[in-house]
Amino acid sequence: MTAIGVGRTRVPLRTFYVGMLVLLYLPIAVLFIFSFGTGTTLSFPLSGLTLDWYAEVLDNGAMIDAARNSLVVGVAAATTATAIGCLVAVAVLRFRFRGRGLLLALAGLPLVVPFVVMGVAFFLLFVTVDLPRSLVTVAIGHSVIGVPYATLIVLARLSGLDPALEDAAMDLGATYPSALRRVVVPLMAPTLLSAWLTCFIVSFDEIALAIFLVGGDPTFPVFLYGQLRFAQRLPVLIAMAVLLMLGTVALTLIALRIRGRDD
Amino acid sequence: MLGRRGTLRFLVTPPVAWLALFFIVPLALIAAFSLRAGSGAVGPDEPWLASVDQYAELAGTPAFLRLLGLSVLVAIGVAVLATLLAYPIAYFLAFRAGRRASLYLTLLLVPFAVSYLLRVMAWKLMLGPEGGVNSLLSFLGLTDEPIQLLLYSRPAVIITLVYVWIPFAALPIYAAMQRIDRHQLEAAADLGAGPWSRFWRVTVPLSLPGALVTFFMVFIPTVGEYVTPALVGGTDGIMYGNIIQGFFTRSANWPLGSAMAMTMLVLTLAVVLVGLRAVNLRRVLS
Repeated sequence: MTAIGVGRTRVPLRTFYVGMLVLLYLPIAVLFIFSFGTGTTLSFPLSGLTLDWYAEVLDNGAMIDAARNSLVVGVAAATTATAIGCLVAVAVLRFRFRGRGLLLALAGLPLVVPFVVMGVAFFLLFVTVDLPRSLVTVAIGHSVIGVPYATLIVLARLSGLDPALEDAAMDLGATYPSALRRVVVPLMAPTLLSAWLTCFIVSFDEIALAIFLVGGDPTFPVFLYGQLRFAQRLPVLIAMAVLLMLGTVALTLIALRIRGRDD
Repeated sequence: MLGRRGTLRFLVTPPVAWLALFFIVPLALIAAFSLRAGSGAVGPDEPWLASVDQYAELAGTPAFLRLLGLSVLVAIGVAVLATLLAYPIAYFLAFRAGRRASLYLTLLLVPFAVSYLLRVMAWKLMLGPEGGVNSLLSFLGLTDEPIQLLLYSRPAVIITLVYVWIPFAALPIYAAMQRIDRHQLEAAADLGAGPWSRFWRVTVPLSLPGALVTFFMVFIPTVGEYVTPALVGGTDGIMYGNIIQGFFTRSANWPLGSAMAMTMLVLTLAVVLVGLRAVNLRRVLS
């Protein structure tokens, strides 16, 4: 593809790329090693290897609960955000109406507000309407920050889908909603899954907004943040985080693969 | 039977209602709380006295203004560094990686899928006084006592955030480079342009919109950061966001905290609007 028959600069781009990869993976490798070491600080040589921290993860009820909370919040937030993103994408791409640009801007705007500001905003809202902070309020907050991602991902794919397919379904007697449900949604299923996974991962990892919104039940990042003071608990926390990391990395790879196939 | 036009209402109402209630109204509440007198945890039940006291206090406290300026500078610094470091990566992926580009891109994005908190922790584990680097140095007999590395300082915050953002930063630049018509580069070569001249006069201008998107996508979250500064910044590395967060937790002062959040919001939106003028974002995203 870059078959330009003339010289290239001699900048060692591949070396740079590989160097950056090493830098990016190094700290992650360090965490991995740390989670199998017996010590509570990272010291060389490692005093010994152990699987105890991973075994302790299973006994730590509060930590498992926090992870489960994150899962519940992530599912609720991703589902809401993806639904909203779909509605916005269909409205914007398939209809001409007054306020079309405004709707698109509204759906994208959460992306340009720093999380600390969003946190304050939600905090004041829930204080004003007297809704106690809980996993519900975290899920609401995360649904809003997911909307731009869901909208952009669905928009990108829907813009490549021929509207004539919906017209054909309607010619055959379908109402527009059922044309959307029975033609567009099945065709878009992988994209919707990819959007959903992206929103889920964003929510699962989010902390800056969640700190403002959690009640007594913390999400996993908030729990982790709160426990970091206790140095001797660090290995167990890291072990749990490593386990969860394997999950989010797998989900990310799936989402990337789906989107790659779409292109 | 529900036709096309009749459906529009059902498409538009839920998103508008959800975002009005959970995005616009909350932001408006910041403005409302910032324009009232008093301090502390003033609930909605207490009398609402309109006042610009909070903004006066903000403007009259040099420490707050200094921290706001510093946070903007840190965010600009992090965004510029992340963009500059991600640019050669994106260039490699778009022009040199060939058929393996998608594999290389995936390899780059995996670290981004690792929890943000976890990656920040990793730096803490390595750089701390009892951390991996110090322990390795003394084990090898190179140092007698722990050297004070970068931990708990503003540079530590900047390094950690740049590290966190690099994989993501490469994406918009890579997307912009992919859209460059290879024929333009060939035409430049045919007209006698050498590799560097083609790079500066074709590739850079055409990939600039992507680089600007990267800049803003890093700048916005960074300017409001408070978690990373709290973890690796120490007392010297705190940012404006830490003060805001503090006013809603430990030292409750909701009106003043709201004024500070409002100031940050207006500042961020202003920067974004300037950016949008510089680059037609809608064209870049489509």
